Amino acid sequence: MAKMNPEDIKVILATDCGSTTTKAILIEYRDGEYRLIVRGEAPTTVEAPFEDVTKGVLNAVGEVEELAGRKLLDESGKIISPAKGNEGTDIYISTSSAGGGLQMMVAGVVRSMTAESAERAALGAGAIVMDVIASNDKRLPHQQIERIRHLRPDMILLSGGIDGGTTTHVVEIAELISAADPKPRLGSGYQLPVIYAGNKDATEAVKETLAKKVDLKTVPNIRPVLERENLGPAREEIHELFMEHVMAQAPGYRKLMSWTDAPIMPTPGAVGLIIKTIADIEGIEAVGVDIGGATTDVFSVFRPGGAEGVFNRTVSANLGMSYSISNVFAESTLPMVMRWVPFHMDERDLRNRVKNKMIRPTTIPQSMEELIFEQAIAKEALRLAFIQHKSFATVLKGVQQQRTIADAFEQTASGATLVNMMTLDLLVGSGGVLSHAPRRQQSALMLIDAFLPEGITRLAVDSIFMMPQLGVLSTVHKQAATEVFNKDCLIHLGTCVAPSGEIKKPGPVMNYKITLPDGKLESGTLEYGKMKLIKLGVGEKGLPLKAKAELEPHRGLDLGRGKGAKVEMELSGGVVGIILDGRGRPFILPEDDHIRVEKLKEWMIELDIYPPQALNR
Amino acid sequence: MGHAYTPGLKVTDKILITKNRILPLKGEVIVKKGDRLKPDDVVARTHLPGTVEPINVANILGLPPEDIEEAILKKQGERVKEGEVFARSKSFFGLFKSECKSKINGTVESISRVTGQVLLRGEPIPVEVKAYVTGEVVDIFEKEGVGISTWCSFIQGIFGIGGECHGEVKIVVPDPTAILTDKEIGPECKGKVIVGGSMVTADAIKKAAKMEAAGIVTGGFDDKDLRDFLGYDLGVAITGSEEIGITLIVTEGFGQINMAQKTFDLLKAKEGKLACINGATQIRAGVIRPEVIIPFDGDIHAKQELSDFREHGIEIGSPVRVIRHPHFGKLGTVTELPAPLMELESGSHARVLEVEFTDGTRAIVPRANVEMLES
Repeated sequence: MAKMNPEDIKVILATDCGSTTTKAILIEYRDGEYRLIVRGEAPTTVEAPFEDVTKGVLNAVGEVEELAGRKLLDESGKIISPAKGNEGTDIYISTSSAGGGLQMMVAGVVRSMTAESAERAALGAGAIVMDVIASNDKRLPHQQIERIRHLRPDMILLSGGIDGGTTTHVVEIAELISAADPKPRLGSGYQLPVIYAGNKDATEAVKETLAKKVDLKTVPNIRPVLERENLGPAREEIHELFMEHVMAQAPGYRKLMSWTDAPIMPTPGAVGLIIKTIADIEGIEAVGVDIGGATTDVFSVFRPGGAEGVFNRTVSANLGMSYSISNVFAESTLPMVMRWVPFHMDERDLRNRVKNKMIRPTTIPQSMEELIFEQAIAKEALRLAFIQHKSFATVLKGVQQQRTIADAFEQTASGATLVNMMTLDLLVGSGGVLSHAPRRQQSALMLIDAFLPEGITRLAVDSIFMMPQLGVLSTVHKQAATEVFNKDCLIHLGTCVAPSGEIKKPGPVMNYKITLPDGKLESGTLEYGKMKLIKLGVGEKGLPLKAKAELEPHRGLDLGRGKGAKVEMELSGGVVGIILDGRGRPFILPEDDHIRVEKLKEWMIELDIYPPQALNR
Repeated sequence: MGHAYTPGLKVTDKILITKNRILPLKGEVIVKKGDRLKPDDVVARTHLPGTVEPINVANILGLPPEDIEEAILKKQGERVKEGEVFARSKSFFGLFKSECKSKINGTVESISRVTGQVLLRGEPIPVEVKAYVTGEVVDIFEKEGVGISTWCSFIQGIFGIGGECHGEVKIVVPDPTAILTDKEIGPECKGKVIVGGSMVTADAIKKAAKMEAAGIVTGGFDDKDLRDFLGYDLGVAITGSEEIGITLIVTEGFGQINMAQKTFDLLKAKEGKLACINGATQIRAGVIRPEVIIPFDGDIHAKQELSDFREHGIEIGSPVRVIRHPHFGKLGTVTELPAPLMELESGSHARVLEVEFTDGTRAIVPRANVEMLES
């Protein structure tokens, strides 16, 4: 298809080929704005007996055709382009995680330095990192070789050393890879791609060691100096190789690649991209989470010191709501899950229920009791995934910090986390348990309890998981991607207001005056341990209504402007509204079982989380 | 959209199956088409490359890496024996000489002038693939393996642990509702595939392993017992490589659940026959379920009439089993299939069906929470 000017693009067709379902969306420019028109889906057809991903794509597009009343496929089953009248699309784009997504192994010299930079580059590109090999990963060389041989990744990213530094260690790692002689996961007709992104002085020696055994590509050093990462070139090469090797091996992808107007992106890479794009356009800090059946992805953009946004992505491989539900239970432990449940349940029975969900992953909670229990597990899965994210999304480790006397009272350690819940502006959730919760209030409370936002934070969920398609769309048409993201993709839940700081005794934590759009004033004092919901909805075009707020935290408590400092600002509404959370940060649930249950019930009734009769068991 | 129900597990008294037995990497196939095989017969073998032993010669001999080649006594590709000196530094008038000895039998794989490291490759590791089932070789995949066909009774489990094994079927409980305890297990269970009823206790499994039983097939199993037996909490359902001395196959699910009457009756009818079982389970894309294969003689070239009940989708009158609370494990038949989404007690909206249970009571259940059974 011919390249078009962005302003000429009026109809956009986008698909996401997931491991089980292929989802298609149709976006059109109508009445001066880009909006989602319809969405269709069909089973993915990568595996036998079809073994051609394009069949699933055409089925999903066929559904879109039917629902939108727009002819998109010609008689030979090809996508019609460009759009003319009620036919065809101006561009077609796609993402893919079918066939297991992009599976990588990364290697570096020091685990917390170059190896971690390599891991960041691979995760940011949308890969599943199968293992991280480093000179100091506490495994013996022969164990590392065995591991590399056993893994069969799609590609390897090798880094190590700063430019001009010692070459020996990184060449040693190259020798291990050479000895392991790893084979690619898909297809045997090609050599395993290995990207070298280490000390430039070692390039020749690495070539000598590896060039005959693997398909070696060299890109600029991922960590040219200790103080700076340069992840861009490695990420681009990963995407290139993903298209060239991994996608090209999967059945039907060569055909699909010839249809699309932009390179096919790995699904999580595209989700990361849309979150970064939105954060950059609005100049905000954002966290996105996608909780699936097997894994949970967390994406974040933070701006330490108001600087340029730093993007991070983590994948918690075994935290999910069906295939991995039992692992959430094992990692979190029963008491941690049950602390969110306002009634008693038998342990033996619960354990069996969790395992039965694991072996029959497509079942759904029918009773209220099952729903409450499943949402309690989701809170723990999200909490654990976020802990992993916080420990990974850090300032660069191993950097010597120069301090002045002014820093004496505010020392940030090397490797301190970038995640700052107080400065976070937007928290977006997606994945079945969040997007399909019967009541939106449940999604809001799951996000609040798991992430514990501090200060003032907007909450949203992705309605139908179209972030992947919007991510790849942002590479060709930023305006369309952001308009659809704000108006159709996001369901704005509202804003959480949570004063932060140690609270020693019961009493007031914040005075509030909130003027609603209709002029009505909501004012009062929020007491410690209480939650309050103030209804403030969504406007005509799906955008949240705003309310003027004066918020005055009590002495020692902070809403982002300093302890006790008053905040005057506009708060965003949503389908839930404004949630005032006076439970304190750090948040501690009462230890006494009876008090804990009473408090849980009180919060759930105030926010209308579950019907009251469901809580009185 | 795909079908909004879960296809049930296969339980059939007669089916023709073909098992592909493939090497992990290319090697030699040692049987030919038409050969009749028993489970322990080897069908193909190969050698995995030996393990690698990296030795930093430069460090040991105290030499700069670029000088180590002069100290190496064996060339790349040459064989070394365990304890053999393969590198030696030049001595100062015969004094203070340092040596590197090989810790393994193998070959010199590489010598690096950059890192000063020598890689020694150990002897190749032999790998064999066995037939696993009784049957006839119908396909030869050159240098990779074979396909073996047999008529059999076939039972798919929902979850299992432990790998491939085989033994005679032995029923040790009176009916599918009985709990299999250690009292039912004795020395006569050695080498047998034991069939229990609604549940097997942890003590029973431990005793069966001690008595060297080949495996256990049971309706239900308690998660707490699974944890006690494995010694850890199973996080994801990817199993088969546990080395526990016995293979366990669960046909219905976790907790005490009666084994389906049909499954129990089929196993009972096959008592004393050879069963080939595998507990390997993988509940992800490309799902693998545990299996019980009871082979019998028959013309493997005869055409098989296959009617897969799963192709028709769910209909009024279809027999189903509920696979989630509050009616977990109950059997019944579909009496109504309302088209619109309905609100569940949980507040979710989902496609549902009405089912009449065997005791005559009726309930509305989400379609996602039933599995179809063969009529």
